[in-house]
Amino acid sequence: MEPVVRVENLAARFGGRTIFEHVSFEVRPGEVFIILGGSGSGKSTLLKHVIGLYEPAEGRIEVLGEDIDTLRGEARQALLRRIGVMWQSGALFGSLTLAENIEVPLEQHTALPAEARALVAQAKLGLVGLADAALRLPAEISGGMAKRAGIARAMALDPPILFLDEPSAGLDPITSAGLDALIRQLARELGTTFVVVTHELQSILAIGDRCIMLDKDAKGMIAEGDPRRLREESENPVVRAFFRREVLA
Amino acid sequence: MRWEALREAGPGMSMAGQDARLEARPEGEGLRLVFHGRLEAGAAARLWPEATRRAARARPLILDLAGLTALDTAGAVLLLHLEHLAGEARWAGMPPGPLQAVLDRTRQALAAPPPEPPLPLPWLGLIGQATIERGQGMLAQVAFLGEALVAGLGTIRRPWRLRLSEMLRHLDEAGLRAFGLTLLLGFLIGLILAFQSSIPMRQFGAEVYIPNLVGISLLRELGPLMAAVVLAGRTGSAYAAELGTMVVNEEVDALRIMGIDPVAWLVLPRLLAAMLVMPVLALLMDLAGLLGMAAVMATLGFPPAGVIAQLQSWVQLKDLLGGLFKAAVFGLAIGLVGCRAGLGAGRGPRAVGDAATAAVVGGIVSIVLLDGIFAVLFFRLGL
Repeated sequence: MEPVVRVENLAARFGGRTIFEHVSFEVRPGEVFIILGGSGSGKSTLLKHVIGLYEPAEGRIEVLGEDIDTLRGEARQALLRRIGVMWQSGALFGSLTLAENIEVPLEQHTALPAEARALVAQAKLGLVGLADAALRLPAEISGGMAKRAGIARAMALDPPILFLDEPSAGLDPITSAGLDALIRQLARELGTTFVVVTHELQSILAIGDRCIMLDKDAKGMIAEGDPRRLREESENPVVRAFFRREVLA
Repeated sequence: MRWEALREAGPGMSMAGQDARLEARPEGEGLRLVFHGRLEAGAAARLWPEATRRAARARPLILDLAGLTALDTAGAVLLLHLEHLAGEARWAGMPPGPLQAVLDRTRQALAAPPPEPPLPLPWLGLIGQATIERGQGMLAQVAFLGEALVAGLGTIRRPWRLRLSEMLRHLDEAGLRAFGLTLLLGFLIGLILAFQSSIPMRQFGAEVYIPNLVGISLLRELGPLMAAVVLAGRTGSAYAAELGTMVVNEEVDALRIMGIDPVAWLVLPRLLAAMLVMPVLALLMDLAGLLGMAAVMATLGFPPAGVIAQLQSWVQLKDLLGGLFKAAVFGLAIGLVGCRAGLGAGRGPRAVGDAATAAVVGGIVSIVLLDGIFAVLFFRLGL
């Protein structure tokens, strides 16, 4: 089966400073793929490269079979409609209610009547447990609720691939576990592919099928594979320290 | 066909919804709606009007999904909406697996009723609410003035607490960086005033009095007023935005928890800077305006020496000093309104924008009101 994301020899540099280089990996359809690493290792930068926000200094990125950096115009828009992104802060539009936030992509990219858009928005909010908050503004909800609403908006068009930037960061354990369960459920039932940037150990082990690990000092990938196996078998001291919550010597 | 493969075909095609079809077959007294193909967002949008129209009249309604090959949330919402419209519906031919999962998941998500929007207030209620809000706003402004006064008195007792470096920064930003704009506006206002007044005054041979008119107007009224508008637009909004951002980032809460009075720490340096800088801006506005007036007078054949002599004979020092005093009070008012708008900012992304708008509008309204009070006061005092 063709990978939904293929990254080949990617390098990211800003102002002559290398964030990472020689990064290569593939994400298979229907899997939950984790990009993990310590603070400042370039996880979110890698995600922004993959979704086409940053141009690679070197290398090539394919998403759903298309080279996202060379696509322009309508072809790029068509590809972007097929991916959903949940931002670290939720990135909800502050002047719109949660329901209206979810209706934005539906209004812009489908011809659904207003009644149908409202029902889809309600269904998406219900899915993330926010049905009763549909009429609230982003300023009136907590950070955890904003993250869940961000996921609901990312799923508005039922994209085959969802990118989540730190979905569990700052959430209480119960909400975080609920979010993990939702991700697993969507991956299992619908075959939705997830690319998740996180450093939350419990989430990584709960949801991740495969992962790559970035390291700030190595300026690139230091591990790839099943996170549970990496925890048990990796010989790399940084990987071991990360999974076992040890202090590096 | 696997669900994954269907999904990868992507909404590029499904948006158009070309391969979905609806067939309506009478069945007894009821109706069977047969869906074929990929019932995704595009198809759901296209089929919505016809399907809802038919379902509303059908008793009973049979929803036949045997021909479905794909279903997304929008499609599931359409099917569930049809079931709701008909009141009674039977399902037939639902393929097991992912399609059933989408339908079940959507049904479950829609199970909780949406929240009811709050009832709109009657017009009398709206007036009452607006009145209460305005009254509370004015009270808060007065309370803030009191807080600033207390903080100012506290700083007189402990002058080392005043952040001089911060005040100098604000003097630079509110003053030095506004010099160019002030000079330009002042010159243009003087020029326009002199030119516009020269037209009627020439009819009476009274051009020689243009310096008197422009000089007194500028020094007593327009100089301080226009300088205040510049300060409200540039600095009042900047104060509100800066302090509003600090509120949103919880920096003001952090100050309070550290036992530091935000009014003394943040507001006083700004207030003093605005109050000190305003007379300078007004003076610059006056001088540039007189220069603009002199330029027009030169084109009318009046030499600079004559214009100066005319000004000296009519314009008195009290006109200038009165204007500069007013300017200092305007500065204080703009600083107060701007800082109050910033510290009173709500939470969320709109808060900073709202605070900046409130600062500019409130600042301009307050200087016009104060100008009116000064006009009456100066008249009573014979100034």
